[in-house]
Amino acid sequence: MSKVKKRSTRGLDFDTSWSYAPALENKDHIGLKKRYDLFIGGKFVKPVKGKYFNTLNPATGKKIASIAKGEAPDIDKAVKAARKAYSLWIAMAPGERAKYVYRLARMIQERAREFAVIESLDSGKPIRESKTIDIPLVAAHFFYYAGWADKLRYAFPGKQVKSIGVAGQIIPWNFPLLMAAWKLAPALVTGNTVVLKPAETTPLTALKFAEIVQDAGIPPGVINIVTGAGETGAALVNHPGVDKIAFTGSTEVGKNIQKALAGTTKKLTLELGGKAANIIMEDATLDQAVEGIINGIYFNQGHVCCAGSRLFVQESVEEIVIQKLKDRMSTLIVGDPLDKNTDIGAINSAEQLKTIMQYLEAGVEEGATMYQSTGSIPQNGGFWCQPTLFTGAAQSHKIVQEEIFGPVLTVQTFRTIDEVLEKANNTFYGLSAGVWTDKGSKVFSMTNALRAGVVWANTYNKFDPGSPFGGYKESGFGREGGLHGLSPYLELN
Amino acid sequence: MALSLLINNIDINHISYMKFAAVESPTIDQVGVEERVARLRSRSIKKEAKVEGLNLILSMIDLTTLEGRDTPGKVRQLCAKALHLRDSYPALPNVAAVCVYPTMVKEVKKLVAGSGIKVASVATAFPSGQSTKKVKIAETRFAVQEGADEVDMVISRGKFLRGEYAYVHDEIGAIKEACGQAYLKVILETGELATLDNVRKASDLAISAGADFIKTSTGKIQPAATLPVTLVMLEAIRDHYYRTGERVGMKPAGGISSAKLALHYLVVLRETLGEGWMHRDLFRFGASRLANDVLMQLEKERTGIYQSIDYFSKD
Repeated sequence: MSKVKKRSTRGLDFDTSWSYAPALENKDHIGLKKRYDLFIGGKFVKPVKGKYFNTLNPATGKKIASIAKGEAPDIDKAVKAARKAYSLWIAMAPGERAKYVYRLARMIQERAREFAVIESLDSGKPIRESKTIDIPLVAAHFFYYAGWADKLRYAFPGKQVKSIGVAGQIIPWNFPLLMAAWKLAPALVTGNTVVLKPAETTPLTALKFAEIVQDAGIPPGVINIVTGAGETGAALVNHPGVDKIAFTGSTEVGKNIQKALAGTTKKLTLELGGKAANIIMEDATLDQAVEGIINGIYFNQGHVCCAGSRLFVQESVEEIVIQKLKDRMSTLIVGDPLDKNTDIGAINSAEQLKTIMQYLEAGVEEGATMYQSTGSIPQNGGFWCQPTLFTGAAQSHKIVQEEIFGPVLTVQTFRTIDEVLEKANNTFYGLSAGVWTDKGSKVFSMTNALRAGVVWANTYNKFDPGSPFGGYKESGFGREGGLHGLSPYLELN
Repeated sequence: MALSLLINNIDINHISYMKFAAVESPTIDQVGVEERVARLRSRSIKKEAKVEGLNLILSMIDLTTLEGRDTPGKVRQLCAKALHLRDSYPALPNVAAVCVYPTMVKEVKKLVAGSGIKVASVATAFPSGQSTKKVKIAETRFAVQEGADEVDMVISRGKFLRGEYAYVHDEIGAIKEACGQAYLKVILETGELATLDNVRKASDLAISAGADFIKTSTGKIQPAATLPVTLVMLEAIRDHYYRTGERVGMKPAGGISSAKLALHYLVVLRETLGEGWMHRDLFRFGASRLANDVLMQLEKERTGIYQSIDYFSKD
């Protein structure tokens, strides 16, 4: 049967006379201090050198609070506190450790709204996401891993399990509290103590979390939080008292860490960048696939390492998919992260916005065709970027090869499955991928052929604490989540 | 000569069916549809957006009574409600139509004359559709002769579920012819179609056969209108628009009794089809109780106080 060929390019008009009034999330209930110190040995302590930096609200460009700048002497104090607490923590019955972790999970749930608002204020992500995705997943991770604490011998049958010691954990700015939870939960239940370094631009939820750590009665020194920028992280990586480093962030920094740790006994896991292929076959359920494309790339302003940033559309449906995609982009609301109707919030920092803009220029220069939705964006000193689409992109383009980490999607077409698999795998990353087809056999054959740590079929950006997450190639090594997420924090003999 | 004889013997509706059959209906992923609906439901409609939305909803209502026990008296009172929604509230819009059985059409036509309110009549052996094509055509002609501006027909679900798409398609085409100038709304009775794939196929079929509106339900079968079904039907309308530039209307009916739920429908409409459909010429609510809840919410927005339902006329 032949398909009707003639298709119009009529767009729909989403600049409607009826639209939504601002619906701002109430922020009266949140408790924020003007200044935050370092959290070491169960107490907030001033940084040794007494320096502070500002954390900004990316939606306004204005300062929210002063944050202590941790430096090498502070890291040293934190590692010593963690080492001291380790002997106590490891001596505790595993079921007792679980109780503390369950308590953290419950307390996060109790204060979920407060955490969600602070996360959106500090990171720029829409409150819809922090309220329904970030914070619930934080609690879910603590709950999930708490259950493993007294069952580790059954997790690795026939093996002796032993904790490692002091773990240094470096957290990115895209999912500030969630990435902290991903790292803290498995480390704690396996009996390790932690020095955590939040990202420079998004330290607030980790510091609020420190209040919960105090309230939960976690023994002092088991969790230490040292804020700062790259040098603070480097001091943590290079500290001889640290037994393991877990890092989530850019591939560039990840490589430096791996170099620094070469020849030491420190264990390492890296969760780095990605440039995921999201593949739409002609037999896919197209309207739902379009939704998956949107969720894949515009979730959290595209600040997602597993974002579906490379779209591959089969030739026969290219025109209609692009039409639908552009119309769907017109309905995305870019604006105040604290508005419940906002779909796309603020870009995390001025620096990141600059990076994204450079890629947009590069894309145009390389000859791809740029399309941006035309809705309004706030004009207020915040950092904003319209959802962007590049058609006519190619494997040789920079915007196709490099991770942009913003709301920017490249579109390529293909004719055969072999062709798309070759292009999808032709990247130095390998974190995630997506396949959309109505045919089960294609789901199995294609997902198996994609060299990526996480492959979604007919959905995208789904996370569950029971499911391992991690990369191939320059996307890193080691897994977080699930049973797999325990082993990086254990010696198995 | 032989060729022209052959062409003369083929039903024109059937040629149109053959064109329809050449375009495959896309399959639908139910999980994806439900996720999309959940996201659309999270839109927060407050303050002036709420008041404007409620006004728009009122203007899109087909005020309906479709019961065996309907009497001229009951229908007269329903018309009075349509004409006087709430006289004390300034500048309220009229409802779009009054929807009744064919025997009541004449009465309604007389009462709403000059108000701009349309007269809609169900037809084609509503609600089951279990009759012959001939009878259905006759009933449609009767309703139109009596003065119906719009005809709400039901499709033959039994035939559809048995895969006799050509029959269903040709029947809709025949009813469309019988409608003449009257608008044709085609009720798919999605509660009997079992899957969203079927909903999509029936939508495409009705649109191809000449429906001016596609409508979810008779209100006599559960589930009646739902947001996922409505989204799938709106997507069928959207694809038809992409292909042809023609705008087909949508009418969810049955079970939409709260203003809050109706606002969700409006959100789904807005973000699926946009401005071109945000009007009663292309979107209707089939409902009997919805109007009062909308009025109650409007009064709440105006006065800050929820009034008892006894302050709103029930007809």
